[in-house]
Amino acid sequence: MSRAAERAIRAETPNADQAAARGRLEVRGVSKAFTVNGAPIAALNDVSLTVRPGEFVALLGPSGCGKSTLLRLIAGLDRDYKGCIVQDGEAVTSTSLERGIVFQEPRLFPWATVRQNIALGLKNAPISEADKRAAVAAHIALVGLDGFAEAYPHQLSGGMAQRAAIARGLVNRPRLLLLDEPFGALDALTRARLQTELQRIWAHEKITMILVTHDVDEAVFLGDRVVVLAPRPGRISRIFDVPAARPRARSDDDLVRLRNEVLRTLEHDSAADPQLSPGSRRDA
Amino acid sequence: MASENIATPSATTALRRGLVLPLLLLVAWEIGSHSGLVNPQFLPPLEKVAGVAWQEVANGELPHALAASLKRDLLGFALGAGVGILVGLLLGLSSIADRIFTTWFNGLKQIALLAWIPLISLWFGFDEAAKIVFIALAASIPVILNTVEGVRSTSTKLREVGEVFRFSGPQLVWSLYLPAATPSVLTGLHLGLIYAWLATIGAEYFMAAGPGIGGLIISGRERFEMALVMLGIVVVGLVGFAVDRSASWIEHRLVRWRQA
Ligand SMILES: Nc1ncnc2c1ncn2[C@@H]1O[C@H](COP(=O)(O)OP(=O)(O)OP(=O)(O)O)[C@@H](O)[C@H]1O
Ligand SMILES: [Mg+2]
Repeated sequence: MSRAAERAIRAETPNADQAAARGRLEVRGVSKAFTVNGAPIAALNDVSLTVRPGEFVALLGPSGCGKSTLLRLIAGLDRDYKGCIVQDGEAVTSTSLERGIVFQEPRLFPWATVRQNIALGLKNAPISEADKRAAVAAHIALVGLDGFAEAYPHQLSGGMAQRAAIARGLVNRPRLLLLDEPFGALDALTRARLQTELQRIWAHEKITMILVTHDVDEAVFLGDRVVVLAPRPGRISRIFDVPAARPRARSDDDLVRLRNEVLRTLEHDSAADPQLSPGSRRDA
Repeated sequence: MASENIATPSATTALRRGLVLPLLLLVAWEIGSHSGLVNPQFLPPLEKVAGVAWQEVANGELPHALAASLKRDLLGFALGAGVGILVGLLLGLSSIADRIFTTWFNGLKQIALLAWIPLISLWFGFDEAAKIVFIALAASIPVILNTVEGVRSTSTKLREVGEVFRFSGPQLVWSLYLPAATPSVLTGLHLGLIYAWLATIGAEYFMAAGPGIGGLIISGRERFEMALVMLGIVVVGLVGFAVDRSASWIEHRLVRWRQA
């Protein structure tokens, strides 16, 4: 069966049982160095991580520890690294519609309206124009931008632009979605609402998600696992399982306990980092 | 838009201020030609120029010449702009084309435009085709340069968005590079319009066959009708001004998505 046909069927079956087994990601021994002023800088050092199909992984770590770099490598935007990254048995050699990414900055096309920007995500999707229009409209509503469909990016606030970018990343329903601090620019209420929406879509569509955040509460609330990265060079410091059943309550005792433990790990990492004075890290 | 309003209190005041110098010049002209300070043969009084203008409009000469010049101008511009955008896109998008042609092109653009006239008339003769080719050449140069610049400056971050959504080559050009380059391309087209009008008059001076404002001025000189020459020059200036203004206006409308 062709991939297009497969996707069409997947679009028709809401529960997407076929998709359940897909979206597995393996990151094996990945190291990445940048050259800054002629000197190599290790951004990632021997990172290995296996993400199960439909798993929700939250990625935490201090600023500059390589979170965005790791997402870019997984997305297939940067092929210059050591190690290997495999999605569903296929080595990642370029970008794919099966892997979506919401960048740390909104990256909206300034000449296009909100509606047109979100539609970019469906440009090459094998569905009819009518379905595309409906999907775009549904996602505008999903991120609460009704009434701003025809607005240009310069007419949006930072948080609204970020929401448009989230809609653009979601609308295509990739099997694996990478989210780089998608809720960073939002107020507490909108953030909580979008977290719930994201969780709902995740549970319904069984999309594998990797979400970068600086918010420890968000990480333990959303994640099946919380991966903590340590800086210089970026490496995995510790992985926490979040056993709490869903739907979760933010005030759940287990979650609060776990949150404190994650915080301690972050503080411990920053105390061990010679370039940061102990206790100065307050990203969380 | 807002910042412009701060810089210029209002468009009408700006226009009023802009009119001061020309008005003073006109007054000086009148005084000069009437007082006998200047030979009226060389500087005919304004009413004489106005009389010639009326006469040329009434006998249809001026509208005919103006229409011929404008048609030539726009045809040459359209040709030059079309070719210019294509060449600019090619140079901007393809590193191979860029390596092969850019040095060559940079050398060519150093050649003064008028220097092309002998070559063009050898190839295309002295009639309409040659003029239009010359005007197109003049218009294409700023269009090419600005299109290349616009395409090259497309943000890498937006290119990555196109990569993530697997844009095909044509999708990249239509949905990313062209819109990203639009402000720059419009600047190029604006300059191209100005160059084209200058080239129109140049072509009519040097390849003086067929009707046109340039031809009108030349015939005025040959018959030593200074008023006709003056009239021609005024019309050339007014058209140039109108072209520039309408281009600015259109440019502004087309890139509304640009903040300020
Ligand atoms: N294009 C680049 N060229 C050189 N160095 C880079 C480049 N991109 C990232 N780096 C370096 O790699 C390291 C990791 O950067 P990255 O953007 O992945 O951090 P991050 O964890 O996403 O940080 P933040 O939480 O602030 O977004 C940093 O030290 C940064 O200076
Ligand atoms: Mg980052």
